[in-house]
Amino acid sequence: MEKYRIQGATGEWEVVIGLEVHAQVTSNAKLFSGASTAFGAEPNTQVSLVDAAMPGMLPVPNRECIRQAVRTGMAIEAQINKWSRFDRKNYFYADLPQGYQISQLYHPIVGEGQLVIEADEKAGIPEDKIIGIERIHVEQDAGKLMHDQHPTMSYVDLNRTGIALMEIVSKPDMTSPAEAGAYVRKLRSILRYVGSCDGNMEQGSMRADVNVSVRKVGSSELGTRTETKNVNSVRFVMAVIEQEARRQVDLIEDGGSVVQETRLYDPDRNETRSMRSKEDAHDYRYFPDPDLLPLELEDSFIEECRASLPELPDAKRQRYENELGLTPYNARELTAEVETFGRFETLLSATASQIGKPEAKVATQVANWALSVAPGVMKSLGDEADPANATAEAQAKILAMQDKGEISGGQAKEIYEHVLRTGGDPEAIADEKGLKQVSDTGAIEEAIDGIIAANGDKVEEYRGGKDKLFGFFVGQTMKAMQGKANPAVVNQILKDKLG
Amino acid sequence: MSVTREEVAKIASLARIRMEDAELDRMVPELNNILDWVEQLGEVDTSGVEPMTAVIPNTLRLRDDVVDAIPETSGGRRDDVLANAPAAEHGFFGVPKVIE
Repeated sequence: MEKYRIQGATGEWEVVIGLEVHAQVTSNAKLFSGASTAFGAEPNTQVSLVDAAMPGMLPVPNRECIRQAVRTGMAIEAQINKWSRFDRKNYFYADLPQGYQISQLYHPIVGEGQLVIEADEKAGIPEDKIIGIERIHVEQDAGKLMHDQHPTMSYVDLNRTGIALMEIVSKPDMTSPAEAGAYVRKLRSILRYVGSCDGNMEQGSMRADVNVSVRKVGSSELGTRTETKNVNSVRFVMAVIEQEARRQVDLIEDGGSVVQETRLYDPDRNETRSMRSKEDAHDYRYFPDPDLLPLELEDSFIEECRASLPELPDAKRQRYENELGLTPYNARELTAEVETFGRFETLLSATASQIGKPEAKVATQVANWALSVAPGVMKSLGDEADPANATAEAQAKILAMQDKGEISGGQAKEIYEHVLRTGGDPEAIADEKGLKQVSDTGAIEEAIDGIIAANGDKVEEYRGGKDKLFGFFVGQTMKAMQGKANPAVVNQILKDKLG
Repeated sequence: MSVTREEVAKIASLARIRMEDAELDRMVPELNNILDWVEQLGEVDTSGVEPMTAVIPNTLRLRDDVVDAIPETSGGRRDDVLANAPAAEHGFFGVPKVIE
């Protein structure tokens, strides 16, 4: 696939993209107060006197929020700054009672890092690409405004005010909507592995400011950029880039020039528009917050952060490929989400112990089951399936029976259907419903003897070199056994008898 | 360093402080006097001196991640929070309509 290009009247253009992702830090209490961060509470019930900016209140940072920012920085291989400081970003808006946001402009807690987006030929990403990350800083979230509840007033809910955010600023390293989409997905995956943000974009736990500029292909100078604020899904991030790049190219080719400004995305119309009211908004008059001393991290604190990091997506994917022998596709699918690998690893461990083999020996079987067989059965049953019945124990038993040759792949699915509908022990279900393969060599031999006797001509032909007839004998045997014979045993006995 | 009349007007507007023309006339020289006075600090040779970040030799204290541990910094006091608001309805602050 070719590189992402915008066809203009005067030639080809390329796009340069940087993203600022705001990720809500997972914590019980807010960044500088003890009020709860729980989502969906009654308005203004989770607002302390600190959050409401009552005179005389002083901010005291929440250790957990600092810890999560440091752990996140470690997960993107970033420099951790043992000395950082909070600054005031001054502006007036109804959702910000202090009149300033406490943020970190000059000395952020996390410095330069990076993440890798994986090659995706179909999406136009021919090979793995490193995306640089400029910094992560910690800051306060603002409140929520509602404009449609009253004819002349806007309503303000300060429950979100003061919840900790990490602002994760990328370098302008992305050159297509697909790369930006992959970056947001990868970042979200890392945050969820680390547990520092739930990544819930619908509830606004993660949102992106999208910086876009365009330049003629071959030019090394950056164009003037615009910043589209608060984009809350991967799809919209990609749409903003497409729309904004097109708009900028048309504007420049019509003799205009791009204005550095803040824009908003309107998903209903799929277009961005200028937020003219915020003309002065960039005059933030930052200065160090006199209410807060510099934040100094102890070595022991940093060590604890590092020790508490889980295995991260890239490392896990490599381990799945190298140690468990999974295909790159399976490894990628299984490691994409915390829930997926969690279920897989539980099932893998249960199956390995049920069968009595090392995990690496059963991993491929379990991966295929977890990614394709089990979801297929679940989907075909629809509402009849009770997901609570999909225990690792039951699935491991089914996989073990299949591994021992007691049941076929088809029978495994049938047994799992029963398990999903009604629960119960798979082994008991298999016995009760007659869902077992016959591995009893006596019965199979008897059937095969009958078939050989009845098909003397075919036996002669086979022995004369017509190898393809082997399939005929297998088919006849399975038919005689009503499909319940163990294919491996059938093959073996047929080979012996046909010579 | 000095400020112009336009800069003072802009700073006042950013700080949401209304200033009449007469006040601006008075404010510009006053601010410039203050700036001149502070500028005298520039005469001190500070090469090789670490910038001072706080006047007390102390480190930032952190709080534990516990909800509503002490009343002064806890939620659940909506009536207190809304008590001084010029307008409050249905548990929300009411402000003149702000719309993008």
